[in-house]
Amino acid sequence: MSYSQQMMMILPEIVLALGSLILMMVSAFAGHRSARGVSWAAVALLIGAGIALLGPASSGGVAFYGLLRADAFSAFAKLLIYIAAAVSIIIAPRFFAATHGDDLKPEYPVLILLSAIGMGVMVSASDLLTLYVGLELQSLAAYVLASFMRQDTRSAEAGLKYFVLGALASGILLYGISLVYGFTGSTLFDVIALQYSGGLSTGLLFGLVFVFAGLAFKISAVPFHMWTPDVYEGAPTPVTAFFASAPKVAAMGLAVRIAVEAMGPAVDQWRQIVIFAALASIILGAVAAIGQSNIKRLLAYSSINNVGFALVGLAAGTQAGVSAVLIYMTIYIAMTLGSFLIVLQMRDENGVPVETIASLAGMSRTRPWLAAALAMFMFSLAGIPPLFGFYAKFAVFSAAVDAGLFALAAVGIAASVIGAYYYLRVVKTMFFDEPAPAFAPMQSKVEGGLIAISALFISPLGYLLIPALLSATTSAARALL
Amino acid sequence: MIQAIAFYLFAFVVLVSAALTISSRNPVHSVLWLILAFFNAAGLMVLVGAEFIAMLLVIVYVGAVAVLFLFVVMMLDIDFTELRAGFVRYFWIGLALSLALVCEIFIAIGAWSAGGIDFARRAAPIDGAVPNIQAIGELLYSRYLFVFELAGLVLLVAMIGAIVLTFRQRPDSRHQRIRQQVSRRSKDAIRNVNAPVGQGVEL
Repeated sequence: MSYSQQMMMILPEIVLALGSLILMMVSAFAGHRSARGVSWAAVALLIGAGIALLGPASSGGVAFYGLLRADAFSAFAKLLIYIAAAVSIIIAPRFFAATHGDDLKPEYPVLILLSAIGMGVMVSASDLLTLYVGLELQSLAAYVLASFMRQDTRSAEAGLKYFVLGALASGILLYGISLVYGFTGSTLFDVIALQYSGGLSTGLLFGLVFVFAGLAFKISAVPFHMWTPDVYEGAPTPVTAFFASAPKVAAMGLAVRIAVEAMGPAVDQWRQIVIFAALASIILGAVAAIGQSNIKRLLAYSSINNVGFALVGLAAGTQAGVSAVLIYMTIYIAMTLGSFLIVLQMRDENGVPVETIASLAGMSRTRPWLAAALAMFMFSLAGIPPLFGFYAKFAVFSAAVDAGLFALAAVGIAASVIGAYYYLRVVKTMFFDEPAPAFAPMQSKVEGGLIAISALFISPLGYLLIPALLSATTSAARALL
Repeated sequence: MIQAIAFYLFAFVVLVSAALTISSRNPVHSVLWLILAFFNAAGLMVLVGAEFIAMLLVIVYVGAVAVLFLFVVMMLDIDFTELRAGFVRYFWIGLALSLALVCEIFIAIGAWSAGGIDFARRAAPIDGAVPNIQAIGELLYSRYLFVFELAGLVLLVAMIGAIVLTFRQRPDSRHQRIRQQVSRRSKDAIRNVNAPVGQGVEL
C-alpha cells in the first residue's frame, strides 16, 4: 500500500493535528482575545475532520503495518467523538465569561482538538502500542482540562485526583499490556487473537484481567468508578460535559475493539468481567445517585449507570451486541450533552452558576420550556418508553437475550427501575415543588438551538432515525466481527 | 549459567528496591532505592541484548531522578545538619552499596559477553549483526513511525498543559523594557545639581 493511501486513511487526524498546531501559534501570539475566534476555528476543524471521514478513513482497512485500522467502526465512533468535542467547545465561552478571574483561554479548544486526535486513534487502534499512546494523548489533555479554572480549588482538586488515579489506571493497563505482549510475543491485535484461540495460559488470563481493569477505569465502570463524581463535580461544567460524552465513547469503542478483535477467542473469560462490571455499574450508579444534591454529581452517577447498560451489549459479544453498544452510546451522548447544556443554563440573577438540585424547584413555572426539555432528558435517561432512551436500552437488552444472557438482562432491567427513581425525583422537583428563585434568562441562541436539537433527537421523532442508525451501526459492527 | 545467575540477581534486586522505594518513610531514601531499581533494570536490559536501552535507562532515568532528588530536597523541609551527622556511620554502608553496584556491572558485562538470553517469540527479533541503535532507528522510523509521531503530540500536550496551568501574566511586575532603555538619552537621566556647602542635596 502506498504511503499516500495510508495518509488518506488518517486524514481526519492530520487535519486536526495541523489545525491545532496552527491554532496554537495563533493563540500564542494573539493572546486571550483570540479565544472566541480560535474556538470557532476549532469547531470548523472538527467539521472538516468529520467530512474527511467520508474518504478512505472509513473504509481503507489496515494502515502502518497493522498499527491502525480505518474501518466503519472507527469512523462511526469518531463521528460521535467529533460532535461531542465540537459541542464542548461551543458551550465554553459563555460559561467562562461568568466565572470570576478565569477567562476562556484559547488553549481550551486546542487541548480539546488534541484530545480528539487521541480519541480517534484509540477507536481505530489495532495494536497495543497505538492504543496506549492514543489513550495517553486523550488522558493528558483531559487532566489539564479538568483543572482549567486555576482560581477554583475544586477544579484543581478534580485535576489532581483525575491525574493521580488516571496514572494508576494507566499503570494497571500497561502491566496488562506487558503481560499480553510477553505471553503472545506481539502487540498486534490479530496475532494476539491467534494466540488466545490456542488455549489460555495463566499469563494470558492475567493480562486479560489487567487490561480490562485498566479499561474499566477509563469508562468509569464499577469497581473503578471512584474518581468520577469528584472529577465531574469539580471540573468546569463544559469540561464535565466533554468528559461525560466524547472520552466515554472513545474508551467504550476501545474496549469493544480490544474485547472483540484482540481477545475475541477468550470471550467466555472476559464476559464474566464485563457482566460483573455491567451489573455493578448499573446497581451502584442507581443507588448512589439517590442521595446526591448536586446536579453534576447526579449526572456523574448517571453516566456510571449508563456505562453499565452499554456494557450489557458488549457482554453479548455478538455482532448485534456491538451494534447495540454503538446505538446506546449515540443516544447516550445526545441525552448527556442535552442535560449538561441545561445545567449550564442554571445561573442565578447575577449570572453565577448554581449546581444544586434544589435550585431547580418549580422551574416548570419560571422557565417552562427548559423544564420540559430537562424532563425529557431525564425520562429518556430513565428509559421510559415514548422517548429514544428506551430504544437504546431495548437494543442492548435484546442483544443480551439473543446471546442467551437471560439473567443479566433480567437483573439489568430490574435495576433500571431503581435508576428511574432519581431521574424522576429531578422531574418532581421541577414540576411539583414550590418555585425557587428563577434562573437568569438564556442569552445564547446557539445553546438554545443545541438543546432543541438534542431534545428533538431523543423525542419520539428520533425513532424515524432508527433505520439509518441501524444500518450504520450494523456495518460498523460487521467491520469488527 | 552466568546469564541465569545475573538475571535472578538483577530481578531480585529490582523487586526488593522497588518495594523499599514505596515503603521507606524518608523521601530521600526512597529516591535512592529508585535509582538502585533503575540500575538493576538496566542490567536486565543488557541481558536481553538491548544495550542502548540500558544506557538510556541509566542516563535518562537516573539523571532525571537526580533532578527530582534536587526538587525533593528543595521542597521538603529537610534538616541537612541532621542528614550529614551520620556520614561516618553510614559511610561503610554507602561503600558496600557502591561496591555491590560495581560488582553488578562486572557480572552484567560477563553475562553479556557470554551471549544474551534468547526469547522464543518476538515481534521484532534482534539481528545480532546490526547495532542496537541502528535496529531501533530502523523500526522507529518505518514500522512505528505513526506511534512515534503521536508520541510527539503527547509531549506537545504536556508542554501546553504545563504552560496553561502555571503561566501567569503579572501586570504589576517590573519587566525589562529594552526599547525604553536603549532610547533613553543622557539628558533625561542625568541632572546637574549645584549643591551648596553644608546644606546637603535634595533628591
